[in-house]
Amino acid sequence: MSTAETATTGTAWVGRAMRRKEDPRMITGRGSYTDNLTLPGMLYAAIVRSPEAHARITSIDTAPALEHPGVVAALTGEDMADDFAAPLPTFWSPPGVEIHTPDHWPLKRGEVKHVGDPVAVVVATDRYAVVDAAEQVVVEYDPLPVVVDPEKALEDGSPLVWEQFGTNQTHEYVLTGGDVDAALDEADVVVERRLVNQRTAGGAIEPRCSVAEMRGDSLTLYSSTQIPHIARFVLSLVLGTPEDKLRVVAPDVGGGFGSKLQVYPEEALVAALAKRLGRPVKWTETRSENMTTSHHGRDQIDYVTLAAKRDGTITGCRARLVIDLGAYQGVLTPFIPELGFPVMGGCYKIPAIELRFIGVFTNKFATDAIRGAGRPEGTYWIELMMDELAAKLGMDPLELRRKNFIRKDEFPFETALGIVYDSGDYAGALDRLLEHFDLEAFRREQAALREQGVYRGVGFSTYVEVCGLAPSRAVGPQGVGLQAAFWESAMVRVHMTGSATVFTGTSPHGQGHDTTFAQIVADKLGIDPQNVDVIHGDTDQGPWGWGTYGSRALAVGGEAVARAALKVQDKAKRICAALLEAAPEDIELADGKYRVRGSPNKAMTMAEIAGAAHIPPQELPPEIEPGLEETAFFDPENFVFPFGAHACVVEVDVETGKARVIRYLAVDDCGPAINPMLIDGQVHGGVAHAIGQALYEQVVYDENGQLVTGTFVDYALPTAAELPSFETDRTETPSPVNSLGVKGVGEAGTIGATPAVTAAVQDALRPLGVESLDMPLTPMRLWQAIQEAKA
Amino acid sequence: MSNPARVRLTVNGRERDLEVEPRLLLVHLLRDRLGLTGTLVGCDTSNCGACTVHLNGEAVKSCTVLGVQADGADVTTIEGLADDGRLHPLQEAFWDNHGLQCGYCTPGMIMAAADLLRRNPHPSKEEVRHGLEGNLCRCTGYHNIVKAVLDAAEKGAEVTA
Repeated sequence: MSTAETATTGTAWVGRAMRRKEDPRMITGRGSYTDNLTLPGMLYAAIVRSPEAHARITSIDTAPALEHPGVVAALTGEDMADDFAAPLPTFWSPPGVEIHTPDHWPLKRGEVKHVGDPVAVVVATDRYAVVDAAEQVVVEYDPLPVVVDPEKALEDGSPLVWEQFGTNQTHEYVLTGGDVDAALDEADVVVERRLVNQRTAGGAIEPRCSVAEMRGDSLTLYSSTQIPHIARFVLSLVLGTPEDKLRVVAPDVGGGFGSKLQVYPEEALVAALAKRLGRPVKWTETRSENMTTSHHGRDQIDYVTLAAKRDGTITGCRARLVIDLGAYQGVLTPFIPELGFPVMGGCYKIPAIELRFIGVFTNKFATDAIRGAGRPEGTYWIELMMDELAAKLGMDPLELRRKNFIRKDEFPFETALGIVYDSGDYAGALDRLLEHFDLEAFRREQAALREQGVYRGVGFSTYVEVCGLAPSRAVGPQGVGLQAAFWESAMVRVHMTGSATVFTGTSPHGQGHDTTFAQIVADKLGIDPQNVDVIHGDTDQGPWGWGTYGSRALAVGGEAVARAALKVQDKAKRICAALLEAAPEDIELADGKYRVRGSPNKAMTMAEIAGAAHIPPQELPPEIEPGLEETAFFDPENFVFPFGAHACVVEVDVETGKARVIRYLAVDDCGPAINPMLIDGQVHGGVAHAIGQALYEQVVYDENGQLVTGTFVDYALPTAAELPSFETDRTETPSPVNSLGVKGVGEAGTIGATPAVTAAVQDALRPLGVESLDMPLTPMRLWQAIQEAKA
Repeated sequence: MSNPARVRLTVNGRERDLEVEPRLLLVHLLRDRLGLTGTLVGCDTSNCGACTVHLNGEAVKSCTVLGVQADGADVTTIEGLADDGRLHPLQEAFWDNHGLQCGYCTPGMIMAAADLLRRNPHPSKEEVRHGLEGNLCRCTGYHNIVKAVLDAAEKGAEVTA
C-alpha cells in the first residue's frame, strides 16, 4: 500500500486499496461533527415533547420556564405560527393515486399524534439550564384513543389518527405485470405465508444536531444531514426564505443509514429560532430523542403467494404489503416500501407478478428510509419464499434458485413489471460463494453435531438490488411520481500549480468519497490523489446535488465526477497540443504525463498545463479560454442492479434459545472496484446491520403507543462480541449504465443478509419441528418456539 | 443551581484549573469548557462508549464521570494520544485497516482499545471482541476494528497512556 501511495505521477489509482484521506482527522479527534461547533453568542434549544401518543393539547404554560435563569425564549406552536410559511413536505405524489398527507408543522398546535411530538421549545444560554427550563413548561393534554397495530388500524371502527381522512389507510398502490390469476391457476404448487418485517432504528452513533445562525440577511444551517441541498430547498419552502439567502452545511456526519435522509422539524425550528432571536442556536438530540423522533424503518406485514410448476419453474407471485407509516409523512415515508418494487421477485424469472402496497397511519413516529429502504423487505420475503417453495417441492433450495435465475446471457433483462436489469451473473456469484463454502461437508458436520445436541444451520440468500437513484425520468413526477429529480453534479477545478479541487453534490457520512472520488479524478487527470481535495456538503460550494443515499453516490455522483474530470482532461490535451505543436487527438495521457503519441519525449505534466491555462503564454491560441475548470451533470438512463450470494451459519443454544452467527460469507458484485478495501467495509457494515435486525433489534411500542425501546439499553445494536469476522469476495460484472461500470454497495449487506440469517436459524431448528419464525430471532422468541414445538 | 466547584486536573499533560457546576459531566467539561471535541457523545445510558477517555490511565466513559470526580486526576483524550505529532500505533492501525467509516465511534473505540492492550498486550480475536463490547459502531460491523486492534498488538502497541 505504501508504495502505491508514494508514487507521485502514477496512474491506475482506481482499483487500489488506498488508505482513506478522511482518516487522519478522525483518528486524532479532529472531525468536524455538528455538535463540535460553538459559535459566538450561541444559545441552546430544548424541545418539550408529548408524553401522550394521541391527545388534544388543552393548555401550555411557558411562564415557569421563562423564569428560569438564562432562558431567552419559551415558545409554543401558536407563538411560532407566523415563523413558518408552509408545513414540512413529502415528496411522493404518484400519478393517479392519492396519498393522505396531513400538515406536518415543526411545533404542533391542537393535537399530538405520537409520543415525542414537539409542542414547545425553550432557548437558553446554557446546555444544562435549557433542559431544566424545558421541564418547567406545563402542558395539559386530553388523551384521545390510540392505535398502534397497522392491521387493527385498517378495521372498521378503529380509532382514527387523522379524523379528516375518515380512514387510517394512507394510500393503496398496485403494480401488476402479466396475468397473475392465470399463473396461480396453472401452477402445480402454491406456497403462501405472512411475514413480518419489524420496525427498526437507524442507530447512527452520532445523534442529530443542528446549529443555525444569521449573518446579515442570510441564514446558515449546519446540520447532520445526508441531503444538504434538498434540506435547503425544503427550508426555503417552510421558512418562506429564498434559497439564495439560505446555506446548508453538512460537516462530518457521524453515520446516517437513511435516518439523516430527512428534513426534520428540529432543523426548521432551529433555523426559525436563529432568525427570530438574531443569535446562533444549537439543538442536539439526546439518544432517547433519537429513538423516539428520528425516523424508523421497515415495519411491514407481507402476505406473499408464490406459485410454481412441479419442476420448480416459477409461474407467478402475488404480494400484499401492509405498511405502518406512523403518524406523519416524512420526505419519502410512503414511497420507501415501493422503492423495493423493481427487485421484488428477486433474481428470478417470474412471468406474472402483482404487488399491492397499503400504507397505514398509526400513533407512532414516521417510518422512512433506513439502509436498504424497501429492498431488504422485498428481498427478505422472496428469499424466504424460495426456501418454502423448495421445501414444498422437495427440491434443494439452491437448485430451485438456479433453475429460475435470469441467465448471464439474458441481460439486459426486462421483468414482468417492465424494469430492465442492466447486467448480472447470478449463477456466477453463487458458484463463487460455494467455492468458499463446502455445503456437503457442512451437512455432514451438522448431522454429527446434532447427535451431540449442538444445533447448527445454514441459510442462503441470492439477491439482486436496485440502486443508483436516478434515472430522473423514471422516478420523477411523470414516472413513479417523486416530485424531484436524481441526477448528480460535479465540478473539477485544477489550480495553477496542478492540484485539483472537486465539488460533488453528494454528501457522505462515512462512505469515503474524499478518497474514492480523488482516485477517479487522479486517473482522469494524471495527478496524485493526495493532490485532489473533494468538497461536499455545502450548498454555497459547487453545484446543486441530491445527496448520498440509496447506494447512488458512486454510480451517479462518481460518474458525474469522472465526466467533469474528462472534460478537464480534454481541455488539458488541447492546451498541451497547442504548446507542443501537435494535434489534440495525438495527445495521450500515460504514466501521469500528457505526451505526443509516438514522441514520448515531448510531454507536459498537469502542473505545466495548469500553469499555462491560468497564465496563458503567447503560443496559446486565444480561442482557448483561460482557466481549467469544468462542470458535469449526469442523469443515467437506468438504475444499476448489484447482486450477490450470501451464506450464514448459525448455532442455536436450544437450552437458552440464543442464536449466534458463527460464519458469514458474502460474495457481492458491484461492478469494477474503485477501492476494494472500502467495498469490503460497506459489506461488513451492511451485514452487521442486517444481523442486528434478524437477531436482536426491534422498535417496540406498547398498546398505548408508549415507546418501550427508547435507549440503547432496550434497543440492542449488535456489539463486537455478538458478531463474527466476515468472509467476503467479489465478482465484477460491469454495468453498461455508466462509464465506470460501477454499481452501488452501501446497502448490499442489509439487503442480502436478513433472509440468510433467518433461513440459517430455521435450518438449525428444523429437526425440533420449529419453522417460519418472524424476526428478530431473540433468545426469548426462539426458546418459546422450541418449547412449543416440544409440547 | 448549586455553587460552583473547583476542579484541578491534568488533561493531555496540561494542568487545568476550572470552576464548574457540580453536576457537569466530564465529557462536557472536556468538550464545552476545554474545547476538546474529539471526545464525542452518542447516548445517554453509557452504552455506546463514544465518550471513552483515560482517567488515571484507565478507560472510562466520560459521560458517567462527573467533572468534580476528576479533581486531581490525569486525563488523556484522543487528542493526547499521538506522541508529538507521531500517530499512536492504534491510530495508525485503524487507518491502515479501514477501521473507521463515519469516524464517530472512533475516538472512543481507540481509547478503549488502548486500555485493552495495556491490560492484555497480546489478545486473541475473541478477547478483542469481548474487550470492545462496551463500544458501539454502526458502520464497520467491527470486522476491521478487530483487525486493527490485532494489527496494533502484533506491532507491539504497548500503550503509553
